[in-house]
Amino acid sequence: MTDAWSPSARELERRSLRRRQRLQRVVTATAVTVVVLGVAGWAVTLTPGWDRFQETFLSWEDAQESFPGIRHGFWLNVKLFLVCEVFILALGLAVALARQARSAWLAPLRVVAVIYTDVFRGVPTILLVLVMALGVPALNLQGLTTDPYIWAGVALVLSYGAYVAEVFRSGIDSIHPSQVNSASALGLSRAQAMRFVVVPQAVRRVVPPLLNDFVSLQKDTALVSVAGVFDAMFQARDYSSYHFNYTSYVVVGLFFIVLTVPLARFCDWLQRRWMERERAGAL
Amino acid sequence: MSLLEVEGLRKAYGEKVVLDDVDLRVDRRDVVCLIGSSGSGKSTLLRCLNLLEPIDDGVIRLDGQEISDPLVDPREVRKRIGMVFQAYNLFPHLSVLDNCTLAPRRVHGVPRRDAEARARDLLAQFGLGEHVDKHPDRLSGGQQQRVALVRALCTGPELLLLDEITAALDPELVGEVLTIVRGLAEADTTMVIATHEMSFARDVATTVCFLHEGRILEQGPPARILTDPQEERTRRFLSRVLPPSA
Repeated sequence: MTDAWSPSARELERRSLRRRQRLQRVVTATAVTVVVLGVAGWAVTLTPGWDRFQETFLSWEDAQESFPGIRHGFWLNVKLFLVCEVFILALGLAVALARQARSAWLAPLRVVAVIYTDVFRGVPTILLVLVMALGVPALNLQGLTTDPYIWAGVALVLSYGAYVAEVFRSGIDSIHPSQVNSASALGLSRAQAMRFVVVPQAVRRVVPPLLNDFVSLQKDTALVSVAGVFDAMFQARDYSSYHFNYTSYVVVGLFFIVLTVPLARFCDWLQRRWMERERAGAL
Repeated sequence: MSLLEVEGLRKAYGEKVVLDDVDLRVDRRDVVCLIGSSGSGKSTLLRCLNLLEPIDDGVIRLDGQEISDPLVDPREVRKRIGMVFQAYNLFPHLSVLDNCTLAPRRVHGVPRRDAEARARDLLAQFGLGEHVDKHPDRLSGGQQQRVALVRALCTGPELLLLDEITAALDPELVGEVLTIVRGLAEADTTMVIATHEMSFARDVATTVCFLHEGRILEQGPPARILTDPQEERTRRFLSRVLPPSA
């Protein structure tokens, strides 16, 4: 179809009006942001202890001096996080599926899954890390590592696995039963319906809460420091007790922020792509 | 003055032009039926009329005021226009009554007591009196669509847009919904209706518009358009949708 359309005078007028409205919004947003942040920053510097605070928390020399050690320790946190995340996802999904299983043979598995989520969500993660990292090696089990780093990781997997299992379960429950019905009608078994129809949809739906848990996990890798693992947190504490300066804690904080923000942006992007594909034209 | 006037309306999704130079006038008490095959732009036209879709060109006026102006608040426009969708779109977490009183209470500021009284009244009138406190998913498709009609009517709209409201219903349930719409037409409700029900269009419409590839090819009183169309494409469309005897 050849299209000889060109916008009418009225449409051009409307476009320029819309442009002006957009510009106005951008200007307002920028002005408000600058003013609010400026006033907040200014107010902080007015507090009576600001000079002292600056010395103990924001000292540039201490930041530079503690940086290499923290960077070295932070690598442990990153490794721990990356490895744990894989196991947590697998464990969480497995537990969620076990709770959904309807076969009589799988009844014991269902009971274990329920007990597991109840117990491990109830126990404070720091307690779990201490018990696993210090307690399990004390059992003197043959052939098992006594490295507290490994066992602290196991504790994180068990703790977060329980949370993630519940996230997956609510995602699975939120998929309308008609989806299982239509899968059954096509002759798929219950397990196949789960695997090919329900779980893929559920996973997409729970990406935001999962991300939330993973950001939380990234931070909680710092808990391994209580078990004597030389991670970024331990390094920072070490530094601060030798130098009587807390700037190293601020440095650790920045490290964690730098790690979590890209993950959040990546998940936003992933979600938008899924949505665009599945809702195209449907609206 | 016409209640609704559309001039040179254009709507495109990227390269695809969905509505092209559409002109339409709807006077008060008119019932305008939009007919045409799927993808001819009927639904998009309705969605443009209450500003659910931004338009690419043309002018839409409601009561003489240009509502396609970016300075017009779309919510003020939608307060005056009711819409019913093909898939009912009731809110599943609210009871039938709450579905019907949400907009009157939250948008129009009607006190709860008055909003509920009016909703109960209309629901009873449409044979839904016993379902007031149920949740929509408990009802049949026909009942749900009648609730959706009541929900749209509860705010007392000046114009009602119906988007293929019987297309998702079993044939035996179509009648109960159309009876209500006929009643509304007899009560001089102004409506723009996208429909596939030709005999219904013949009965209630004051004007029938045939849409083809985003253009209104032909419009006029139903007697002329449905029995003696001038356009070849209208004739071909009608021969496909009308029973041979007609």
